[in-house]
Amino acid sequence: MPDLLAARSLMAMSLGFHIIFAVVGIGLPLMMVIAEWRWLRTGEEVYLTLTKRWAKGTAFLFAIGAISGTVLSFQLGLLWPGFMAWAGPIIGLAFSLEGFAFFTEAIFLGLYLYGWRRLSPAAHLGAGIVVAVSGAASALFVVLANGWMQTPRGFRIVDAQPTDIDPVAAMLNPSGLFQVPHMILAAYAATGFVVAGIHAFRLLRDPDNQFHQRAFVIACVVGGVSALFQPVSGDILANVVAKYQPAKLAAFEGQFSTESGAPFRLGGIPDLEQGRLRYAIEIPYALSLMLYLDPHATVAGLDAVPREEWPPVGVVRTAFQIMILAGIWMATVALWGAWLWWRRGSIVRSRRFLQTMVVTAPLGFLAIEAGWTATEVGRQPWIITGVMRTAEAVTPMPGLIVPLMFFGVLYLFLAAVVAWVLFHQIGSSPREEPLRRNRGETRPKELTVRAYGTEKKPE
Amino acid sequence: MNLELIIAGALLIALTFYVLTGGADYGAGVWHLFARGARSRAYRALIDQALAPIWEANHVWLIFVLVLLFTAFPPAFTAIVTNLHIPLTFLLIGIVMRGASLAFRYADVPFGELHTQWDRLFALASLLTPFWLGVAIGTIVGGLPAVSGNFVATYISPWLQVFPFLVGLFTVVLVSYVAAAYLAVEAVDERLIEDFRWRAIAAGLAVLLLDETVLLASRNGAPILWDALTGTAWGAAVQFGTATAGLAAIVCLWQKRFRWARLCIVGQVTLTLWAWAFAQFPYLVPPQLTIYNAAAPTLTLQWLLLALGVGALLLFPSLYYLFRVFKQQAMFGHDDPPPSGEQRRKGGHT
Ligand code: HDD
Ligand code: HEM
Ligand code: HEM
Repeated sequence: MPDLLAARSLMAMSLGFHIIFAVVGIGLPLMMVIAEWRWLRTGEEVYLTLTKRWAKGTAFLFAIGAISGTVLSFQLGLLWPGFMAWAGPIIGLAFSLEGFAFFTEAIFLGLYLYGWRRLSPAAHLGAGIVVAVSGAASALFVVLANGWMQTPRGFRIVDAQPTDIDPVAAMLNPSGLFQVPHMILAAYAATGFVVAGIHAFRLLRDPDNQFHQRAFVIACVVGGVSALFQPVSGDILANVVAKYQPAKLAAFEGQFSTESGAPFRLGGIPDLEQGRLRYAIEIPYALSLMLYLDPHATVAGLDAVPREEWPPVGVVRTAFQIMILAGIWMATVALWGAWLWWRRGSIVRSRRFLQTMVVTAPLGFLAIEAGWTATEVGRQPWIITGVMRTAEAVTPMPGLIVPLMFFGVLYLFLAAVVAWVLFHQIGSSPREEPLRRNRGETRPKELTVRAYGTEKKPE
Repeated sequence: MNLELIIAGALLIALTFYVLTGGADYGAGVWHLFARGARSRAYRALIDQALAPIWEANHVWLIFVLVLLFTAFPPAFTAIVTNLHIPLTFLLIGIVMRGASLAFRYADVPFGELHTQWDRLFALASLLTPFWLGVAIGTIVGGLPAVSGNFVATYISPWLQVFPFLVGLFTVVLVSYVAAAYLAVEAVDERLIEDFRWRAIAAGLAVLLLDETVLLASRNGAPILWDALTGTAWGAAVQFGTATAGLAAIVCLWQKRFRWARLCIVGQVTLTLWAWAFAQFPYLVPPQLTIYNAAAPTLTLQWLLLALGVGALLLFPSLYYLFRVFKQQAMFGHDDPPPSGEQRRKGGHT
């Protein structure tokens, strides 16, 4: 395997791994804080139990997020020294601000998790809010940095070197500004749907369990509201892509030739030789309409850029389609939930809805992975759009296949253990808790974020 | 004072914080290796309790060092990550293994027998990570000439030397020493206090010894360090200061004045790090890259400084709060007068 490909795969793997934990680190604290707030408001023990369990999940996944993020920070340099030498002074500011967000997140998470008995209820809730806000802030800054790679600005090039660097202008790049809300919504949507799916699964077996009902409602609200806004923010983002990265948009849409009144194409197989998309379902004028609010507007196709500057069309388009379909499906389910709420006053009673939520659970994460693949592979062959090619940025270090394999195995191993731990954490429904505690786990009690106020299930 | 100097100072401060906090967390892990016998469970409980609420915050200092380096001194960052690709990868593996095993141990899951395995992995990774960090630092002091030779000359021989490995060893012993002193302050159980007192004394003696060994080795391995520390007045003064702090720490440990001992150790470690930094001043990566010729453009530095200033206003009160809540007795309590044990029991961790 050529080193460039190994480096790209390694980077993609690390990012794809990190994003899962990062997303949970943004979404779960929000839900945990909502549950705690409900507990303070209503005094119902079941909300406290819920808060503690979500806190436990956050604690564990945050740690994995922190280490996988550290790997990324190193790999930016280890794999792409050419890029970092060039871009460091320009986007370093965003990363530094992100560093402060990491600090506040880690500090207040420590306070939150281990401070139940040391902080006043208000201070404790406050700590949780800081965690939730810091999580979103990390996403904000790192996505702004990524946006700069898509739509670079804030510098001039003289002799192939950046001059007149303005880090603030670089940070406030158009792509980043519109990616941020899409990413943060995605985090809430994905976490909300997964958590809702898990509790829906439990509710199908145990429909009267208060704990799962409350959890399901909170998760549905967080996930559902975000999923409703997601297509809107995605559409706005697509406008930005159309404006600044026409080749990428053309790859997204399978738009091989520039055309006015372009249709929106679903499915299909890109035929690079012939330069067209086969077997796609076309909705006439829809693409022009969605992008420019004008059915006859002209959409640039891949033919507008030289062939060697095309991104890998197949991967990009497939990934993009997966995200869109997932997004439409999630928004539809969210609408259904809203309807149930409005008509029946409850979303926990319909088995059909619960079943659908179980099936939909993984789609948010799928959409995130797919969306990032579309974004990042769609940026190829550039590492900084129009400025530096990925091939120029890669480290001269040979044999990158070795770290690729090694980290591949490492991530698989970590993923397996994480899955196993989660399986156990989730698997123990609150009522089983006392049983498990008696089984003589010898752990110092300060260390475990225990669930108090165990809900007795009415049989 | 110019900007690049201030930011280099911030870099050094961040690194110092990392060694004193994050480093100590690794040191505590190293002592895990020795947690055998009857008291091993109590050891582990103490170490876990000391680490759990704070290790993630402590770890962020390292991220900070990285970010400051690539933002403010990109050529230095590039030189380091390119030539040191291999040891840094080992460092990274250590970080991942340590963090993961810690997270898995804290996850309240019945691992059963596997708990022991996580313990082992945790201890081992805690040992290897500071070692490779030390190797990286040792290599940088020794200098990274911009060779464009073959694979071995570029990626292996800079760090596969006696001097970097000695620095690696030194780093391991140093962080263990710091950790032992912290743990002696934090322990509540009289026997644990004794254990960590002896460990701290032993590690302290080892540090003094290795300090001299590293210095001697620097004559060939890192002439820039050798020249500064042996050839200049301030070098001699710093050496004197470090040795005094080290000896004072051991005396305090002997007399069970743990808070004073900890203060001396913090001073000793800080002096050691700063001696290294000043010795290679103004070089970031000798023999070519200095703070001045590797610095990013002024506007970047200005904004970075502003961000650091505003961030610090947020960070330090938060950190203070964190340590205030969890390390109340350890950080802000008083040194016991002749140790009576009673007072310790009252405060400390509940
Ligand atoms: C829950 C996840 C999720 C869902 C349901 C959607 N997206 Fe998305 N999308 C993402 C998660 C995501 C993402 C993974 O978070 C990306 C990658 C980069 C980014 O900022 O967000 C993304 C990127 C992304 C981009 C590329 C941005 C770029 O290249 O700069 C576009 C054009 C869209 N999205 C459009 C949409 C549309 C029109 C959707 C509605 C149906 C949609 N997304 C649903
Ligand atoms: C869109 C992409 C990303 C998002 C949304 C994101 C978000 C986050 C969040 C929320 C955390 C907190 C930890 C957690 O809760 O799990 C985190 C941790 C971290 N991320 Fe990312 N991240 C992204 C990409 C990156 C990249 C590209 C890097 C490195 C270059 C990076 C470096 C880190 C580091 C170092 C940490 C650890 C902080 C700590 O020790 O607490 N992240 N990230
Ligand atoms: C966390 C979500 C992200 C995912 C899943 C993701 C995915 C990917 C993928 C699939 C690639 C390989 C593209 C290819 O070579 O074909 C890649 C490359 C890269 N990404 Fe991302 N990305 C994410 C976020 C970010 C962020 C926030 C940054 C930086 C601030 C970033 C920086 C890079 C860099 C430097 C490369 C390597 C150069 C390149 O291949 O173009 N990524 N990413």
